[in-house]
Amino acid sequence: MKNDIILLGHGSGGKLSHQLLDELIIPTLSQVAQSEQNDAAVLEGINSSRLAFTTDSYVVEPIFFPGGNIGDLAINGTVNDLAMSGARPLAISVGLILEEGLPLSELREVLEAMKAAADKAQVEIVTGDTKVVPRGKGDKIFINTSGIGVFDHQLRISGSAAKPGDKILINGTAGDHGMAVLASREGLDLQSDIASDSMALNHLVEKLLAELGETVHVLRDPTRGGVATTLKEIALQSQVDICLQEDALPVNETVAGACAILGLDPLYVANEGKMLVIVAAEKAAAALQLMRQQPEGSAAAIIGEVVAESNGRVMMQTAIGGMRAIEMLAGEQLPRIC
Amino acid sequence: MKYASEFRDPQLAKGLLAAIEQAVADYPGRMTLMEVCGTHTMSIYQHGIRALLPKQIRLISGPGCPVCVTPIGYVDRAVAYARQPDVIIATFGDMLRVPGSTSSLLHEQALGAQIKIVYSPLDAVALAEKHPQKKVIFLGVGFETTAPTIAGSIVTAKQRGLKHYFVLAANKTMPTPMAALTADPELKVDGYICPAHVSAVIGADAYRPLTEQFKVPCVVTGFEPLDMLRGIQLLAQQVLSGRAEVENEYQRIVKPQGNAKAQALLTKVFEPCDTDWRGIGAIPGSGLKIRADYAAFDAEVQLPATVEEPKEHQGCLCGEILKGKITPKECPLFRKACTPENPVGACMVSSEGTCAAEYKYGTD
Repeated sequence: MKNDIILLGHGSGGKLSHQLLDELIIPTLSQVAQSEQNDAAVLEGINSSRLAFTTDSYVVEPIFFPGGNIGDLAINGTVNDLAMSGARPLAISVGLILEEGLPLSELREVLEAMKAAADKAQVEIVTGDTKVVPRGKGDKIFINTSGIGVFDHQLRISGSAAKPGDKILINGTAGDHGMAVLASREGLDLQSDIASDSMALNHLVEKLLAELGETVHVLRDPTRGGVATTLKEIALQSQVDICLQEDALPVNETVAGACAILGLDPLYVANEGKMLVIVAAEKAAAALQLMRQQPEGSAAAIIGEVVAESNGRVMMQTAIGGMRAIEMLAGEQLPRIC
Repeated sequence: MKYASEFRDPQLAKGLLAAIEQAVADYPGRMTLMEVCGTHTMSIYQHGIRALLPKQIRLISGPGCPVCVTPIGYVDRAVAYARQPDVIIATFGDMLRVPGSTSSLLHEQALGAQIKIVYSPLDAVALAEKHPQKKVIFLGVGFETTAPTIAGSIVTAKQRGLKHYFVLAANKTMPTPMAALTADPELKVDGYICPAHVSAVIGADAYRPLTEQFKVPCVVTGFEPLDMLRGIQLLAQQVLSGRAEVENEYQRIVKPQGNAKAQALLTKVFEPCDTDWRGIGAIPGSGLKIRADYAAFDAEVQLPATVEEPKEHQGCLCGEILKGKITPKECPLFRKACTPENPVGACMVSSEGTCAAEYKYGTD
């Protein structure tokens, strides 16, 4: 391609659009032959009476950050949303909104990351769309992905299924993604790098469900709003009280330090490769062992339990033995003054 | 040493708590200890300290949340500047949601104002260098923890010959308001948990006039749970034995004389002035204004603005809360008209505000 940046013409539907699609986007993202390119993807051979369907938009800034970029984030996020319902992710659509002037090299890097993430999660990118907006009307690249998943089992995984006595597990450290993006956006000079935890969790979920079946009650990925907000949502949905143990929650030391300096609470910082698993108490040890054996869960921990039926309170026993309440995040977390 | 987990050791905490409980077991009444600093307030809630203490000890929150004590007129002036098309407001994140008389910076940002959160005043100078066509105004609030770096930003801007970097100055100082609170007959403070990072700059000796004149114990205390418990233990021991001294629990950071370099920088750029504390009123000599030598960087001197008549919100009891006279739950607006999403008063805004802490972490 002669031009090395995105031009308005790339979104015109004309020659430049076709060039962009045929020379960059389609060859990078999918194996669909030109003769098969129609207005809609047709998915065949689905033998499932239940489907999961989800959509999410990605507008992260900066688009490249330690541990990933907006491309793999857009795939992993939608794969994880499907996986948290207990479904096996099958097919994904990709909507790209590109800002005029975006270097094609950056677009290529994002697309390659999408493809690699899709391959790793074993999900196919089957359809897509590309638009270009004038410079200043977007911010480099926005991505929407929608996904369809199928159920290979009869389990009902839901945020409303937590029961008193259940144990709560997480598959690793909290707050890595949010701090990695913040540090990279604000140019914070930290002694050691924090990397985003962006990754697909569908394989880990499959193993958990195969092994533990109906004793798995809730799966939820604590993305925006962090572990705290997600647990509060579950407590409200299930009408139960939840009690967390502060000293059991794994937090990367650099993340904890950066949060302390900025006045942020890692419990409220976003994750993109973490999930909360709520299981029946008798299977908690088995779940922990299984998660720790997988690369996605090597730092897994039991962080709390469902204590009673009630109207949805989340409490945390602090490391020194005190108690505090956990509420949803109000607005954005703002860095404090001193 | 990582300076965090070492000061959260559960066993040591249990030991300190048992010692405190034993020490005050025979104390007939309740002793009232005020944590002056907003970060202490947050730490008390975050670690659930209040419920762990024996009933003889009552903790009340003081006026040490910098955002909370900034007068509404200041927010209104910042909003007026933000509305000017050639202005970029640079600010610590806390200030964004603080309600002014009719607007807030967050609201103005949504309407198109250019407002940038920075983590250091020097980032605001860098922002000014990046935008030579704009006026960059840094909102200079906070205590002696932020004042030296704000002074540093002005000195740096002068060295670099910047003509479009300004500071809207409203820094406040410690321990002047503590003297005012101690003199308040309605408020009987038996001891002060003195600020940690402010004290790193001004030094532990700065509280001597308080102990000598008012005979009220002062303990400079760090922010970690073990620091807090040890500070409370030292205060309780002073109260029990009738002593009033300055003790320094936070010796790993705070020196008796403080940080001479930071003090020199602060004095080079700022001089003391009378200032208003939101909810408390005017306290003579408790503020900092930019000296005449640096007036070129003083937003208030250099940049005219049409500022609305300040109008405090009806029923807001932030003033009483900042003076430690009532707790958040005693304010009729708390959790009803006033929430973190829709704050009426500043105490609900800042992560260091007493009401925000009670809302977020309170257990009942």
